[in-house]
Amino acid sequence: MTKLIISPSPHVHGEFSTKRLMRDVIIALLPALFVSFYFFGFGAVKVVCISIISCVIFEYLIQKFLLKTTPSINDLSAVVTGLILSFNLPSNLPVWLVVTGSLIAIGVGKMVFGGLGSNPFNPALVGRVFLLIARPVEMTTWPLPLTLATPDAVTGATPLAIIKEGLKNGLTIDQIKESADYSFNYLDTLFGQIGGSLGEVSALALLLGFAYMLVRKVITWHIPVAIFLSVAVFSGTLHLLNPDKFIDPVFHLLTGGMILGAVYMATDYVTSPMTHKGMTVYGIGIGLLTITIRTFGSYPEGMSFAILFMNAIVPLINKYMKPKLFGERK
Amino acid sequence: MDSTILITVIMLGVLAATLAVVLYIVAQKFKVVEDERIGETENILPGANCGGCGYTGCHAFAEALVNADDIAAMFCPVGGNATMVKIAEYLNKKVETKDSAIAVVRCAGSCENRSRVNEFDGAVSCAVMAATYSGDTDCSYGCLGRGDCVSVCNFGAIYINGETMLPEVDEDKCTACGACVKACPKLIIELRKKGTKSRRIYVSCVNKDKGAVARKACKTACIGCAACRKACGFESILIENFLAYIDPNKCRLCRKCVEVCPTGSIVELNFPPRKPKVEIQEQKTNNLNSENATN
Amino acid sequence: MIKTFKKGGVHPPENKISRNAALEQLKPDGIVKIFTSQHIGAPAECIVAKGDQVKVGQLIAEANGFVSANVHSSVSGTVLGIENVADYQGIKKPAICIQVEGDEWEENIDRSPEINRDLSKTSEEILAKITEAGLVGLGGATFPTHVKLTIPKGKTAKAIIINGAECEPYLTSDHRIMLEKGEELLVGVQLLKKAVNVDKAYIGIETNKQDAIDNLTKLSKKYSGIEIVSLKPKYPQGGEKQLIKSITGLEVPDRALPIETGCIVSNICTTFAVYEAVQKNKPLFENSITVTGKNLKVQKNFIVRVGTPLSKLIEAAGGMPQNTGKIISGGPMMGRAISNTDAPTLKGSGAVLFITAAEAKRGTKSNCIRCSKCVVACPIGLQPFLLYKLAELNMLEELKENSVHACIECGCCLYTCPANLPLVDYIRLGKTRAMKLIVKPK
Repeated sequence: MTKLIISPSPHVHGEFSTKRLMRDVIIALLPALFVSFYFFGFGAVKVVCISIISCVIFEYLIQKFLLKTTPSINDLSAVVTGLILSFNLPSNLPVWLVVTGSLIAIGVGKMVFGGLGSNPFNPALVGRVFLLIARPVEMTTWPLPLTLATPDAVTGATPLAIIKEGLKNGLTIDQIKESADYSFNYLDTLFGQIGGSLGEVSALALLLGFAYMLVRKVITWHIPVAIFLSVAVFSGTLHLLNPDKFIDPVFHLLTGGMILGAVYMATDYVTSPMTHKGMTVYGIGIGLLTITIRTFGSYPEGMSFAILFMNAIVPLINKYMKPKLFGERK
Repeated sequence: MDSTILITVIMLGVLAATLAVVLYIVAQKFKVVEDERIGETENILPGANCGGCGYTGCHAFAEALVNADDIAAMFCPVGGNATMVKIAEYLNKKVETKDSAIAVVRCAGSCENRSRVNEFDGAVSCAVMAATYSGDTDCSYGCLGRGDCVSVCNFGAIYINGETMLPEVDEDKCTACGACVKACPKLIIELRKKGTKSRRIYVSCVNKDKGAVARKACKTACIGCAACRKACGFESILIENFLAYIDPNKCRLCRKCVEVCPTGSIVELNFPPRKPKVEIQEQKTNNLNSENATN
Repeated sequence: MIKTFKKGGVHPPENKISRNAALEQLKPDGIVKIFTSQHIGAPAECIVAKGDQVKVGQLIAEANGFVSANVHSSVSGTVLGIENVADYQGIKKPAICIQVEGDEWEENIDRSPEINRDLSKTSEEILAKITEAGLVGLGGATFPTHVKLTIPKGKTAKAIIINGAECEPYLTSDHRIMLEKGEELLVGVQLLKKAVNVDKAYIGIETNKQDAIDNLTKLSKKYSGIEIVSLKPKYPQGGEKQLIKSITGLEVPDRALPIETGCIVSNICTTFAVYEAVQKNKPLFENSITVTGKNLKVQKNFIVRVGTPLSKLIEAAGGMPQNTGKIISGGPMMGRAISNTDAPTLKGSGAVLFITAAEAKRGTKSNCIRCSKCVVACPIGLQPFLLYKLAELNMLEELKENSVHACIECGCCLYTCPANLPLVDYIRLGKTRAMKLIVKPK
């Protein structure tokens, strides 16, 4: 007779596994990936491939030779890190910088803390911010989409940078919008025909992935919606106070890394709060910080910094935002 | 240019001075006055913080040693007698020397001796397993082999033998702190007198079932046959609930009980090999086998 | 309107494949072994000796104190003695072994199939009958029913809630009782109402048993004060606290008994047993057990005498399937894996479920990715990932601070965990340790 298996209950398991969740994130990122291939061509393909491959290799090497544990690259988390990192990079970034970014993302962002599940900061963002601070020129030289590029102009500024630059030169929002640099409309930002990091340009593709992740129950709506709402309310208030100096909320929502950050990076399981209440607070914090940095700081984009900053506060949020106990006595 | 350097130096100097004053005031204000003997005693202690003494760590134990009038009952198993004598000298108190002890695992139910009838698939923890099941074998008293003792040991002195799936004690490393004894949900591990030249004899079984039931579950189970009690010339063997126990204080290590045990559940450790015993052992197993065959 | 509870919960595949198998009697033969402890509380004290002749329904072990229950013989025959018998989990407990000879019942048991609708008994009489019959909660917890129906001083009951949720996958014995013994069940509900002096009863049934809802709604027209409530299928709806929340919207306060909300919850099988005990003088010595599994030859819903070896049930259902990995007593979420098939059934056994090795094996454990799926799934509002870590490190004070006592061990956290962490294993351990429920053997 075969040995009967004994174990404490429960005896069945649901459909979730780390691998499946990671795979779903990758699937959700595919539309935006194809958009970036379309607009940025071979450069995008190169950056994405190098980023993913080097992340996976670094994870494997560090786990095998430094931590001396069984490598867990099968759970696809390194692939997700690599993919998201590449989405945050301009498509013309030199190869050695992509590899360095991957090393920082996996090594410093993840493995020094003990690997998947123990890192306080989003690894891809750690890599990205490292590159942004270390090599600001390469990181902010955005290639224009192939559809817009001319032999004379292969690179251009992002919408956010155009606004920042214009305001610095003392122009009002309306004047900037009429200037030659400002050559796009909101339809372009929906489909991705603007300059920027290779994965962040198309709002529509990213939102498509968001819908997919919601359907597959990979994430809940709390963090992205909290971010969008707080961005809308905060930037909307500023816009109403002084429409000459502050641009409208729709612009903030559709440009830069807003959607990529809110949907894919702020929702990273490891570095986001555990309860819905906490997630809402965290999302509102990210929204406020992003708009603050974008409008009052010297950087045109603040999504990465805002997420990293709120990552640091997550343990505190977890401590004070506990779920309500069933039948809790007041 | 010069003034920049000057201002910087002055600013940093003022800052350093202010912080130093603040630190000093705070340190004075929150100074904890402690009997200096506590610190000294703690230095004598091995600093393993294992809790074997019954206190939460070496500091707590040092505090207790200093504050207690009579420290005869207190003992640091890791440092042993040498440490306790030093402490007694330092504190001018009396201690009793104790026999050094060692942990022994009282189960010989290896994979070979005790067949696994079920496969446990829960958390790898003896405590979890013991909370819901009697084990994965027919013996409901024996070792579960999930290594709770290993994970609590601060000294790396106990490990699971991959072949037998039973814990084994590394005699050189074991300090008899008793952490494994507390961790074992089946109460299999016992602290026993280390004995002269580390020689020990003990019953390696805790099965309290009737002989036949115990034997069916495990080849090396103690069946309570009392052959050892009859063989023992020093009345050191107690039998209760079909289970023999050798009193370490009465046992004279004569090894007669080992010879007569029909299931081989009595274990002798660190004795020199004896030539004739091998034959007896062989004969006995042969007898046992033929007995089984007729059964 | 279809109701449910809001917080947490999961919905595993229902797999109610034995739903169409009518209840059938399993004839006793051979030796039955009846444990003296088949309930929460003190074990009953044996009052028969080796060689005694017993009849079906005869008292063989007497309740020992208030929180205890009588045990009756489930067969007629000769007592072989009291032995230590391994239960489902291989833990040895004293059991009365009886050699089955014929099938002779105690004379006062009414064996006629007619439904006795007489509701003239007083509350005390009903409670006395229930106590005498050794009734225990058949939903799994096996808490003595008379204790549950005795309302603590200063509290008042307002309603009886009958638990027809049967939210565990695979189980169908409650479902069959509701279909086949509907009228008896309703008389049982009326008796319970009378026992605790309330005039409102709810029967909560999940909508995956629409035929049972229809049947009872039709029958309940004849009886006053019984409302059938449709519930949206969701596990653990059959949990006492969740069921009260689903039906009445009230939350049982933390660390309090359900009576705080004025509700008393009773299981379907228990309610049917109340009917049999009060109206038919029949003590609790047989219960309905679902025998099911995807690879089983035939799906069965048996009425089985207490103490029948499991192997008999397996045999009657066409033998153990080839690739069985695990046999579970009860549902797959909270049931217990059985370590040996010789173990006898208990009063509280509701199902025997066969699952394949592939299904039974837990996945490989990996790092917690803090996905918060366990927090979302917990119907109590705990943080399983945290409790798990604390329990693993044996940090009892922190466990208490994080309300480990409130855990109902429903298993939703482990069910949903993508990292396959043994969450509930450790939380259960931590809970017993923190609440000092584990007593080490001496």
